[in-house]
Amino acid sequence: MSTTENKVPLIRIKKLYKVFGKNEKKVLEQVKAGKSKEAILAETGHTVGLADINLDIYPGEIFVIMGLSGSGKSTLIRHFNRLIEPTAGEIEIAGCDVMKLSEKELQDFRRNKMSMVFQRFGLMPHRTVLQNITYGLQVQGIKKKERELHGQEWLETVGLAGYANQYPAQLSGGQQQRVGLARALCTDADILLMDEAFSALDPLIRSEMQDQLIELQDKLHKTIVFITHDLDEALRIGDKIAILRDGILVQQGEPVDILLNPVDDYVEAFVKDVNRARALTVETVMQPQICRISSETIGEAVIQMRKSKQDYGYVINDQGYRGVITQETLEGIEKNDYSKGINASLLEDVPAVQSDALIETVIPEMLDNTHPLPVLNAEGEVEGHLCRSTLAEVLSDQSSSENS
Amino acid sequence: MSDKSWLSEIPQLDRHQLLDIRKTLDGAYRSFSREYGDSIEAFFDPLLSFLIWFEKLLLNSPWWLVIAALAIFAYVASRSWKLTLGVIVAFFLIGFFGMWDNTMRTMSIILVSTMLAITFGVPIGVSMARSNRVQSIVTPILDIMQTMPAFVYLIPVVMLLGIGKIPGVIAVIIYAIPPVIRLTNLGIRLVDKEVLEAATAYGASPMQRLFGVQIPLAMPNIMAGINQTIMMSLAMVVIASMIGVKGLGQPVLKSITNQYFTLGLLNGLAIVALAIIFDRISQSYAKRTLQNFGGHE
Repeated sequence: MSTTENKVPLIRIKKLYKVFGKNEKKVLEQVKAGKSKEAILAETGHTVGLADINLDIYPGEIFVIMGLSGSGKSTLIRHFNRLIEPTAGEIEIAGCDVMKLSEKELQDFRRNKMSMVFQRFGLMPHRTVLQNITYGLQVQGIKKKERELHGQEWLETVGLAGYANQYPAQLSGGQQQRVGLARALCTDADILLMDEAFSALDPLIRSEMQDQLIELQDKLHKTIVFITHDLDEALRIGDKIAILRDGILVQQGEPVDILLNPVDDYVEAFVKDVNRARALTVETVMQPQICRISSETIGEAVIQMRKSKQDYGYVINDQGYRGVITQETLEGIEKNDYSKGINASLLEDVPAVQSDALIETVIPEMLDNTHPLPVLNAEGEVEGHLCRSTLAEVLSDQSSSENS
Repeated sequence: MSDKSWLSEIPQLDRHQLLDIRKTLDGAYRSFSREYGDSIEAFFDPLLSFLIWFEKLLLNSPWWLVIAALAIFAYVASRSWKLTLGVIVAFFLIGFFGMWDNTMRTMSIILVSTMLAITFGVPIGVSMARSNRVQSIVTPILDIMQTMPAFVYLIPVVMLLGIGKIPGVIAVIIYAIPPVIRLTNLGIRLVDKEVLEAATAYGASPMQRLFGVQIPLAMPNIMAGINQTIMMSLAMVVIASMIGVKGLGQPVLKSITNQYFTLGLLNGLAIVALAIIFDRISQSYAKRTLQNFGGHE
């Protein structure tokens, strides 16, 4: 979730329209005039694929486009490399107006700027795994020796080292998609288009592949456009999410925005089945204000404690978070001990949680401790706290909307 | 027109008019063939000399060399010892019953016709697959080629080129080329859309797509087409013998006119043996290419 304000978008799509049918341009006027998809289909027999799509995708982010089947997401991703020609609109990628490219330039553009992973893998059954992976390089005209060297590396990266000479049909679905992924990475293109890349895999393999993608992305920093119909998947891997409905973008933003502030019923319906404990991080639900006991001596600690409304405080010194001290403990100490330092025997051992941890992972610790848990950021500083009531509220919000 | 009502009799041209039409068309074609016959024949000369060369090659090679070559070919294509052994036995028996020379002649014309059918048929099939318009033009032509009785198109061919090998080859090709065209077209159209899309997405040029993806993936179907083409050209052998093509067809023709049952049967069986051998070889080759596609399934 990097800040994107001062960056230039790598992919910029403006006012993109796609109408399927014989007379696209003519029908386009009606779409622009605001006629509904159903009316246009009934009157002209044309299908509106996409209407008024505007997207900015920044370098290094995983941008997820989500929607149900028929919402136009696969159509949209095919516009990025012009596998489908738009009826109207602008597509600008890395400063290059894709719509103005000639046939030859477009070929070159596809060879070097983008690669693609497909839902049904799109592997060539007559080529071995290694030949499949190096397909992009072969098309570019790179010599066999060099491309096989390169391909072998990627083969190992995706964990299929021994499979170079197998044929795709000899591999399982998950392995085939790893080949698809290696093929996409092998061309070293900056942009990766993934069209429901994991949707055809069974759940266990799918989450394995998601982990692998996240892991690879940490190293490679590609710009990934990821299509899915699965919100859990979108929340898990997406830095940004755009939700598509009937060819219209209904909401785009960071995963938390979508989850906590759905713009309409459609998005809400999507969101309601999401396992929030698995989708939200501690950071998004914690409360920032805490009672911080940063004093050396017990006397000062008592003063600090009185100022706060809570009956406990987090003891923090130079080494960071030490533990929790309660008002009860402090009051039990005699006044002439006030000049003494706070030692470990006074503290209660309450574990801290990381701000980027998923809520799901902190639930056991939450239940074991009566005190709210301190939340640490990446530097080990206490950022806020997470208490049971907040957690209960976030999780139960879900069940209440489910009942409605 | 007669004075009978058109309700009871179908309106019909009278005999004089029909005769005129026939005379004009026949005359026109005759003068066309007189005018251009020689130059068209000259055009086919290289093919004729190739045919003669190939036939002589098969006839003049020692019989064991031919059988060995065929056995090796069968093994390379099918990787099956059974089939290879079958080829050796079948050809040995053919020779043993005195049909060696005719079989070689038939084989040479079949192989040349098949090669030509592939050379023309595959590109036509490819262009059909690429354009619906070409498909809608070519399909009815193929229908005509397959249903028009062979004798009918033999007439103009013989008028133009006389009797002999070339008209025979042309007749065989006209009859046998449709399957390879149809199945090439079908095979390319059936290529998985996503695989083709993947090739496009990685920047493959139309030629790279055709030779790297479409044709290899259509191969099982193209092979089935080639197989059918070989079978159909074998079926044409007897008819082609009527216009002077030497080979197994001529003894069959002779036995029809003279009622030599055994002679007809033996030569017929030789044709069947050729058909089975070529069918098995091409099919097992196709099956082997298919195996890679389907993996262990």
